[in-house]
Amino acid sequence: MLHLSAAVDQPSAHDAGSYVELARLAEHGVLDFVTLDDTFARPGPDALAVLSRVAPVTGRIGLVPTVTTTHTEPFHVQAAVATLDWVSRGRAGWRLDVSTTEGEARLFGRRHAAPAEELWREAGEVADVAARLWDSWEDDAEIRDVPTGRFIDRDKLHHVDFEGSGFSVRGPSIVPRPPQGHPVRVVDATEGHARRTAARYADVALVRVANAAQAGAVRDQLRKDAGRFGRSPDELRVLVSLLADLGDGEHAAEPGHGGGGPRQTAQGPLYRGGPVDLAELIASWHAAGAVDGFHLTPAAPRRDLERLVNGTVPLLQHRGLFRTFYPGSTLREHLGLARPANQYANAGDAS
Amino acid sequence: MTKQIHLAAHFPGVNNTTVWADPRSRSQIEFSSFEHLARTAERGLFDFFFLAEGLRLREHKGRVHDLDVVGRPESLTVLNALAAVTERLGLAATVNATFNEPYDLARRLATLDHLSGGRAAWNVVTSSDAFTGENFRRGGFLDRADRYTRAAEFVATARELWDSWTPEGVSRPFAHRGRHFDIAGEFTVPRSPQGHPVVIQAGDSDEGREFAAATADVIFTRQSSLEAGKAFYADVKKRLAKYGRAHGDLKILPGVSVVLGDTAADAREKAAEIRRQQTSPQTALLTLEQIWGTDLSAYDPDGPLPDFDPVPESGITQGRTRRGDTVAIAEKWRALAEEKGLSIRETVIEAGGRQSFVGTPQAVAAELDAFVQADAADGFILVPHLTPGGLDDFVDRVVPLLQERGVFRTEYEGTTLRSHLGLAEPAWKG
Repeated sequence: MLHLSAAVDQPSAHDAGSYVELARLAEHGVLDFVTLDDTFARPGPDALAVLSRVAPVTGRIGLVPTVTTTHTEPFHVQAAVATLDWVSRGRAGWRLDVSTTEGEARLFGRRHAAPAEELWREAGEVADVAARLWDSWEDDAEIRDVPTGRFIDRDKLHHVDFEGSGFSVRGPSIVPRPPQGHPVRVVDATEGHARRTAARYADVALVRVANAAQAGAVRDQLRKDAGRFGRSPDELRVLVSLLADLGDGEHAAEPGHGGGGPRQTAQGPLYRGGPVDLAELIASWHAAGAVDGFHLTPAAPRRDLERLVNGTVPLLQHRGLFRTFYPGSTLREHLGLARPANQYANAGDAS
Repeated sequence: MTKQIHLAAHFPGVNNTTVWADPRSRSQIEFSSFEHLARTAERGLFDFFFLAEGLRLREHKGRVHDLDVVGRPESLTVLNALAAVTERLGLAATVNATFNEPYDLARRLATLDHLSGGRAAWNVVTSSDAFTGENFRRGGFLDRADRYTRAAEFVATARELWDSWTPEGVSRPFAHRGRHFDIAGEFTVPRSPQGHPVVIQAGDSDEGREFAAATADVIFTRQSSLEAGKAFYADVKKRLAKYGRAHGDLKILPGVSVVLGDTAADAREKAAEIRRQQTSPQTALLTLEQIWGTDLSAYDPDGPLPDFDPVPESGITQGRTRRGDTVAIAEKWRALAEEKGLSIRETVIEAGGRQSFVGTPQAVAAELDAFVQADAADGFILVPHLTPGGLDDFVDRVVPLLQERGVFRTEYEGTTLRSHLGLAEPAWKG
């Protein structure tokens, strides 16, 4: 099954309306999820807040904000992501990212900038402790047993006692286990340090590459590494991230794109061409087994998302490559990922 | 014009005020419950909806406390979602100043203010407890005095960040160097509709009152008797002048509970039944253990109180406020039990708090009004005991009577929480 997702980033938009509109458009196109990027380094609202605002006025689309792990509290981050899963009834994801600059460090004044390698290792620890905290409540912990007066069965709540290299968390979470068990963790795995964290913890890895052969090679490596970390490679979806400029209408992709493919730019691989050719590219890379799907960042947010949804998606549906409706209701179901078992269930470790 | 009443709705919390065993009680975590109560509050034209916070589950005898509601969602995330299903209602989140950083929190609050069109509020709380600190990078704890200096500097810093964009939308660099925070850079969010989200302070201590007088727009107090309320009100309002603030710049809202009945007797009976529901046999024993500081699980809740004195400073319960002089309390309770011939459970119910306003809708409306006109409060934060329907009756039966009396709005006049509360927009200090 092919998976499609799109970014709903917009420069200097802080009101809810424009984000709601883009997310609904993506939902109309039956996409798996939308992403909203976030960083302390550039103007923009808190992405998880924006997608929480979007949640009640959408019904099926997955909602994946970036939440950084360098200057934030792991305990708060996991609680916010779990809560996004509750308010969206199982549609939350979380794109992990790190803050590498001294400028970002100065906004907090608690630590200095650190090398990406160290920060991605820490991001892995945050991903790990988040999953433990989501599991710190078993699904059936709430019992409301009137005869014994107990609201919860406390044998089903667990301290996590996590010791990371730079932080520790006792647990349990304040938030009951979210509807998906674990909201979907997404990592941009293009760079080496992030790739390792993605192979170990991500449900979805994004890779910014400009041709199918490279995409296939990265996907193979990610799947192999996931196996090395004791995971089943099939628990990992690898999506190619492209900037999409569909402004040329139905014209063919620009010459020099190497047979209509994307080309590498300073902002990442850019596809420029019409929605029909984009459908062709998606179909051919997918058929080659190079990718599980795509994550597209429209060059002009509304225009290109509309062309993707109204032009590219129907062609892929017509060829039987892409869903025509949402058979499931959670983001995990869209992605074909199972709801994870609870690592503490039946552990016999009473709170 | 007669002094107007302000009203807010408190989502039922994680303590035994909330009766989860009632058949009408619904989920404490699903969004539908939050939506129900928020829509009810907006239907009643309330000023705001209020969420509490806890950052570590309470423990008793070294294990997670299991008799009350446990667990809740993260406040700001829920409020952003509620902004989608309400239009005018203010949205107040309790967020701890000890376990957050000004840049991140100021940004999250400004974002809520943008996404809700000017309805955000922040209830500033502090924590001094190492038990909660075990969940955070920061760890450790602050001593009592430092809690308020950190909170005061935190709020001041947040306001510097909110002021760092001009009203015309130009971002300017900020730099703050103080005892608790040394930060600099650029804020990522433009000035929000309210300029500054509304700041609420909860707590009745002397430091808390001073902090509120200097800093807050609203104070959430526990004073709910008329005389105590008047004394508190006068004391807090008197402190405002020192900070160059006017009488109306700080609204005083006690947290209160209301029980309605068709007759006075009916209401009293309902109130007694609710208190009984709030104190299950197990909760009665646990309350006793918190005072006696020792395991009493062998005692019968329907039998007599222990005849020995409490163990002082036992630390048996963590994550909640200590109960003061436990030996004196135990003595008082034993005397009460003896005098009235009460069991353990009956004693705990009898000695526990009463609902603040009990009566017919007419009587309650009159009492609320009298309370406000006597300057014992500017309004109330209503704490229902049932999720999510606990304010349905109040909104349907009491709000219209307050409107008839001319002391409560019949429609929202402005769009922002500041406008509901009658607070001025803060001057921009660039």
